[in-house]
Amino acid sequence: MNPSLSGNNPLAKLSGRGLLIGAPWFWMGVFFLLPFLFIIKLSLSEAALMQPPYLPFIREIEDGLVTLVVNFGNYSLLFEDPLYWKALLSSIEIAAIATLVTLLIGYPMAYAIAKAPKAWRLPLLMLIILPFWTSFLIRVYAWIGILKTNGILNDALLGLGLIDQPLEILYTPTAVYIGIVYSYLPFMILPLYATLIRLDDTLLEAAADLGCPPWKQFLTVTLPLSLPGIIAGSMLVFIPVMGEFVIPDLLGGPNTLMIGKLMWTEFFNNKDWPLASALAAVLLVVLIIPFVLWQHFEKRLEMRQ
Amino acid sequence: MYPFTKKTVLLSLNATFLAAATAFSASANAQETLHVYNWSDYIADETVANFEKASGIKVVYDVYDSNEVLEAKLLAGKSGYDLVFPTARPFVDRHIKAGIYQKLDKAALVNYQHLDGDILKSLADIDPDNAYAVPYMWGTTGIGINVKKVKAILGDEMPLDTWSLIFDPKISAKLAQCGISLMDDATEVFAAAHAYKAENNNDFSNKSIDAAAETVRAVRGNIRYFHSSQYINDLANGDLCVAHGYSGDILQARDRAAEANNGNEVAYFAPKEGAVVWTDVMVIPKDAPNPKAAHTFINYLLQPDVIAPITNYVAYANANKDATALIDEGVRNDPGIYPPAETRANFMVLKTPTDKQARTMNRAWTRLKTGQ
Repeated sequence: MNPSLSGNNPLAKLSGRGLLIGAPWFWMGVFFLLPFLFIIKLSLSEAALMQPPYLPFIREIEDGLVTLVVNFGNYSLLFEDPLYWKALLSSIEIAAIATLVTLLIGYPMAYAIAKAPKAWRLPLLMLIILPFWTSFLIRVYAWIGILKTNGILNDALLGLGLIDQPLEILYTPTAVYIGIVYSYLPFMILPLYATLIRLDDTLLEAAADLGCPPWKQFLTVTLPLSLPGIIAGSMLVFIPVMGEFVIPDLLGGPNTLMIGKLMWTEFFNNKDWPLASALAAVLLVVLIIPFVLWQHFEKRLEMRQ
Repeated sequence: MYPFTKKTVLLSLNATFLAAATAFSASANAQETLHVYNWSDYIADETVANFEKASGIKVVYDVYDSNEVLEAKLLAGKSGYDLVFPTARPFVDRHIKAGIYQKLDKAALVNYQHLDGDILKSLADIDPDNAYAVPYMWGTTGIGINVKKVKAILGDEMPLDTWSLIFDPKISAKLAQCGISLMDDATEVFAAAHAYKAENNNDFSNKSIDAAAETVRAVRGNIRYFHSSQYINDLANGDLCVAHGYSGDILQARDRAAEANNGNEVAYFAPKEGAVVWTDVMVIPKDAPNPKAAHTFINYLLQPDVIAPITNYVAYANANKDATALIDEGVRNDPGIYPPAETRANFMVLKTPTDKQARTMNRAWTRLKTGQ
């Protein structure tokens, strides 16, 4: 046995593992933490008419004399002006309702696919994923053509004699919900399917043998066991919808107040990059809360097992 | 043309990809390149190709549909553009103050003499000696109307060249079902509201902003949507009866309806209480990679026989006094494009609010739109 080789071995193992773990940390550091620190820095500066349109954080007042100017005014404005927390509340409301509707539609679909004959599952999953092959923007634009006053939906309903007056759907909150549910449905179905397909059918058989009716089997066995899928799907929908800009902008009416749209206004109309950054930072903090709750829940689940 | 609209996302994405693609292809040969960033649908089909042939300069032509998108790129710096076309007020006014443009080399602009002296003078207060900006096109912001539908509702006697179609709660209530749209632009809408109430449209105090917001709030329920370009299609298709918008855009809607022959007759009016008049100008960013080529292109656009077909195409009046004779008679005599003197007397020139005032206006506008 060569002592130098055996001495090297654990080190080589360690650096190999270190690299593997280090890669995602590096990724998060460069593409998440660093930009976020830029945003924090920007949110603490002051808007000004210059290029770029804010006063630098660190300013030189005299030769070599440097001062650090921190401005908390953007954050205090966010809390003082009811517009911003109303937009935050309204975004949470829209995201929560949209997530619930997506879940109610997505669950039966995921369940049906999981229970479908094996040969059918892949084609059915492909049908869920297929819309992703077209640009998201184009698909949202398509809804304008469907929902507008003289659009496909109204023409069809009028033609069938189901309504006498065209329905006003486009530019209302309903159109926003339709757009969100349509766009985010795959994000709900895929994790649900992944959980449901892994369920042990013998558990249901055992329940049936013991005289449990099917609806109760679903409520006491399937539903609790699919909870991780429900939570993962809901997070995948809720979090991006909170900051959604394109759907409310294209399909929503003027009274759809969402934080993403407000950020756009601050950034472009008001040239107030620091305030827009402060809004983004607050939004991130708000979004971290459900994430922490999820982790907490997962830990409890693991402990129970 | 001034505000922001919703196609922005699409357009700016497109522009980015185009810029990336063309930058790649341009590096393959050593040909001189000019990067132009202009409004969408704001030049004739042939103009750029003809310029490339005449000058040997390769043009990378990107488009935007809002001043705000352009402004964000310019203020971020290193936009890579050599020539941009922002609206004079309030944008170029504050950009000159922020020092983001370079002075023109007028010796390189031999066709400068064709410019209309009155228009140059109208810009002198924001750009002394016209040192930075060359006027391109100008137009007004007024109302577009589906004539037959509005007359069917209000009767033949009702005058159509008035803001009361939008801001009189009784009249707009009657038109609401048929569809009224306002631009999604605080400055334009508040100026129109001030004009309707005969108030000073260059008072940007909180009190004045509140008064304008109140005028709009009174008819808020009658407005179908707030958007700065959607109305072009909707007017042409008969989905809207009254639209607040740019003269040239509404005239495009009129022409589209006429081409489609769908029974919709669209007309543009600069309201008698006052319509905002604006000028879009050509300016060269301070960090432009090729200012020489930008001057060559400006000089080309200053040729009367180059700018005249552009006006024919875009339905906006140009700033070139020697080009007027070369413009199609139908365009030249269109009061929506070249308004008669008595209409011009009612035009309003907007002053630039301070950044703080502009933010107050925009936040009041967001509150108003969202009903907060």
